[in-house]
Amino acid sequence: MRHLLSTTDLDRDAAVALLDTAEAMAQTQSRTIKKLPALRGLTIVNLFFEDSTRTRISFEAAAKRLSADVINFSAKGSSVSKGESLKDTAQTLRAIGADAVVVRHPSSGAPHRLAHAGWIDTPVVNAGDGMHQHPTQALLDAFTLRRHLADGRGDLAGRHVVVVGDVLHSRVARSNVDLLATLGARVTLVAPPTLLPIGVESWRCAVTYDLDAALTDDVDAVMMLRVQRERMTSGFFPSEREYARRYGLDGTRLGRLSDHALVLHPGPMNRGLEISAEAADSPRSTVVEQVANGVSVRMAVLYTLLAGDLAGEGDA
Amino acid sequence: MPGYLVRSVAPLGAERTDLLLRDGVVVALGRDAASQAGSEDTVIDADGLVALPGLVDLHTHLREPGREDTETVDSGTRAAAAGGFTAVHAMANTAPVADTAGVVEQVWRLGRDAGWADVRPVGAVTIGLAGERLAELGAMATSAAAVRVFSDDGRCVWDPVLMRRALEYTKAFDGVVAQHAQEPRLTVDAQMHEGVVSAEIGLTGWPAVAEEAIIARDVLLAEHVGGRLHVQHLSTAGSVEIIRWAKARGIAVTAEATPHHLLLTDELARSYDPVYKVNPPLRTAEDVAAVRAGLADGTIDVVATDHAPHAVQDKDCEWAAAAFGMTGLETCLAVVQQVMVEEGSFTWADVARVLSHTPARIGRVTDHGRPIAVGEPANLTLVDPAARRTIDPRVQQTASRNSPFAGRELPGEVRWTFLRGRATIADTVAVLAPSRTGAHA
Ligand SMILES: [Zn+2]
Repeated sequence: MRHLLSTTDLDRDAAVALLDTAEAMAQTQSRTIKKLPALRGLTIVNLFFEDSTRTRISFEAAAKRLSADVINFSAKGSSVSKGESLKDTAQTLRAIGADAVVVRHPSSGAPHRLAHAGWIDTPVVNAGDGMHQHPTQALLDAFTLRRHLADGRGDLAGRHVVVVGDVLHSRVARSNVDLLATLGARVTLVAPPTLLPIGVESWRCAVTYDLDAALTDDVDAVMMLRVQRERMTSGFFPSEREYARRYGLDGTRLGRLSDHALVLHPGPMNRGLEISAEAADSPRSTVVEQVANGVSVRMAVLYTLLAGDLAGEGDA
Repeated sequence: MPGYLVRSVAPLGAERTDLLLRDGVVVALGRDAASQAGSEDTVIDADGLVALPGLVDLHTHLREPGREDTETVDSGTRAAAAGGFTAVHAMANTAPVADTAGVVEQVWRLGRDAGWADVRPVGAVTIGLAGERLAELGAMATSAAAVRVFSDDGRCVWDPVLMRRALEYTKAFDGVVAQHAQEPRLTVDAQMHEGVVSAEIGLTGWPAVAEEAIIARDVLLAEHVGGRLHVQHLSTAGSVEIIRWAKARGIAVTAEATPHHLLLTDELARSYDPVYKVNPPLRTAEDVAAVRAGLADGTIDVVATDHAPHAVQDKDCEWAAAAFGMTGLETCLAVVQQVMVEEGSFTWADVARVLSHTPARIGRVTDHGRPIAVGEPANLTLVDPAARRTIDPRVQQTASRNSPFAGRELPGEVRWTFLRGRATIADTVAVLAPSRTGAHA
C-alpha cells in the first residue's frame, strides 16, 4: 500500500489486515507508556485546508505515539487562500522533507492529485476530501463495529448496517458503503431523495427513503450522518423539525432496535436534528469510543504505509 | 506568383486527379492542371492524400485580447492552419468582451495580419456577457468584421425574453444566435456530468437536463419568432432527440458537436486530472453513441472544436480549482476520422460537409466551404489518412498544453493547408505569410 486515498483501494484482506494492526495498536495504548519507536526520525505533515480539529488531533496523536515528528500545516487562512496552489504547497512540503502527508481538503480528489500529479513522491493519506472519501473514518467505524459485532476479528460478513442522513454531500457515507461492503456487511442507506446522489443505484448497498422500515430489518448498527443546517436553506428539506421527524434517531426509534444494535455518529453531532440526546447518550452509542478507536486506526494506517517501507529497505 | 501543382490527390476521397492552384484560386483540374503548370510552380506529390475544402471552425477561443499568456490570434490561427482550418470563429469571451464594433474589428484585423486563417469574430449577444442588455449587434454586423454569429459562449443567454429578442433582432442582418445551453440554477458549482461517476467520486453534478431544458425552450422560441438558432457543443442523448424533433417540425435550428464529446466519457474524471474538465462536461458512453448517431444522420450539422486553451497553472491543480476547457484545433480532424470515417458512418465528403461546407453556411462565411472546382478559392487542406500520430501537446502550434488527447494515438495527419492559394502549412511545417517575413527583415 503506497497511499490511502479511498476505501475502494482496499480489498477484503487488506482491510482486515489494517483492522488487525489497529487492534495491535490499541493493545499498546492500554499500557502506561503508550509511545512506540516505529516511526522515529520520520516527519509526518498534517496538511489541513479545512478546519477539523478532531481529525487533526487524532492524526497528530497517532503519529506521535509512533514517535514520528509532526508538522501541522493549517493551510486555511494562510498563503493558500491568497492563491498559493496545492502544487506549490506540496513542493514546499517536499523541500521540508516530509515522509508522509496527511491531507484534508474541501475539493474532492485533491489528495488523489497530490498522490498522482507528480508534485511529490511521499505517501499520501486522505483525511477527508470534499464529498468524496474519508477512509480513516470508515476504518475506525468498521473497527468499532468489528469489536462489538465480531469479537474484534475477521470481517463483518452478514451484519446489517443502516446509514442515515445527508448521503449526497457525505464523504463518510461513501467511504463507509465501500468498506462495509468489502467487509461483507449488508448496507442500507436512508435519506430523503434530495440528499441521495443521482447514480446511487450503482453503489453496493440498498437505498430507502423510509427510516422506520429500514430499522425493522435485523439491524446491527445505525450510523447517523451529520446534517449541515445550511442544507435546509438551500431547499434540500423543508425544515429541521420535519427532518428530525422523518430521519432523526429519536427515543422511539432507538427503543425499536434489538438489544445488541449500536448507534454510531462520526461527530460533531447536531443534537435534536439527526440524533436525539437520548440516542446520543444511550449505552448503545459508540460516539466516544469511536474517537479513541480513531487514534488506533490512524496509527495502523501510518505504520502500514511507513514502517512497511522501512522493512522493505532493511531487507534490501 | 508561382502556384502549386498538386499531383494525384483524391478530392473528398474520390478518384485521384491533379489540381493547379494559382493566384488564390483553383485554376485547373485533371489533365489541364499538369498541362497548364509552369516550371515555376511547386509540384506536390499528393499520392495517398485526400483533398478537403479548408476547414471552418464555428467555435474557437483565441483568447486575445486579454489572455495572451494562453493563446494569441497568431498562435491560435497557426494551430488552426496546422489542423487543416482556413477560417475560425473567435468567441467573444475575451477581455474586453467582443461586444462592440471596435473589439470585433480589432480581432478581425489581428487575424488578417497574422495570415494563418480567416478570423470571423463572434459578437457577444449581451453587453459584457452579463445577460442583461443586448449588445450593439447591428453595429458589429455592419462593421468591417461583418459579424453574423452572436454568442455569449461560456454563459447561457438564460433570460427567455432576452433570448427571444436576440433571435428576433438578428433576423435584420441574417445573423444567428449561437447558444451555450446551460440552465444556470441547475448547474451551480457543477463540476462534471451528473451520474454514476459523479456520485462515486463526489464531484458536483452537471445534469443533462440543464442542457436539454434550454435547448427545448430555445427551439420553441426560434419557431415562434422565426429567428436562426445554433446550438453549441451539444453533448447529451436527450439534446439530440430535441434537435431531431425540432428539425422535423421545420424549425431553423442547427447544432454542433465537439470532437471530445464524440470520443471521451465521464469515466476519465476518475483520474481527477483537470485536463478532462470541460463545459459542458464529458458525458456517458450512451451519450457519446447518441451524439455520433446524430452526427451520422444529419441531426447534428457540424463538428466544432470549442478549442479552449488554458495556462498550465489553471490545469495543474485540484479539479474544482481548475478552468473548464480543452484545446482541439490540431486534433479535430483526426478524431472525426477515427470515430466517423473509420467506423464507417462517414465518407470524406461527409467530413467536408460537417467541417467545412455547413459551418461556412451557418456562419455566412463566403469563400470558404466551397466545392473543389475550377474557379473556386484555393482554400484547401491535404490530409494523409494513413498516417498515425501520438498526440504530444508540446509539439503543437497552440500556445497551451491542455489537450485531452495527449498520449493517445489518432489517425490522419494534415500535410498541407492552403489559404487563398498560399501554403500556410507546407508538408506539416507552418510557413509565415510573406507580408510578415518582409516586415521582420
Ligand atoms: Zn460554451
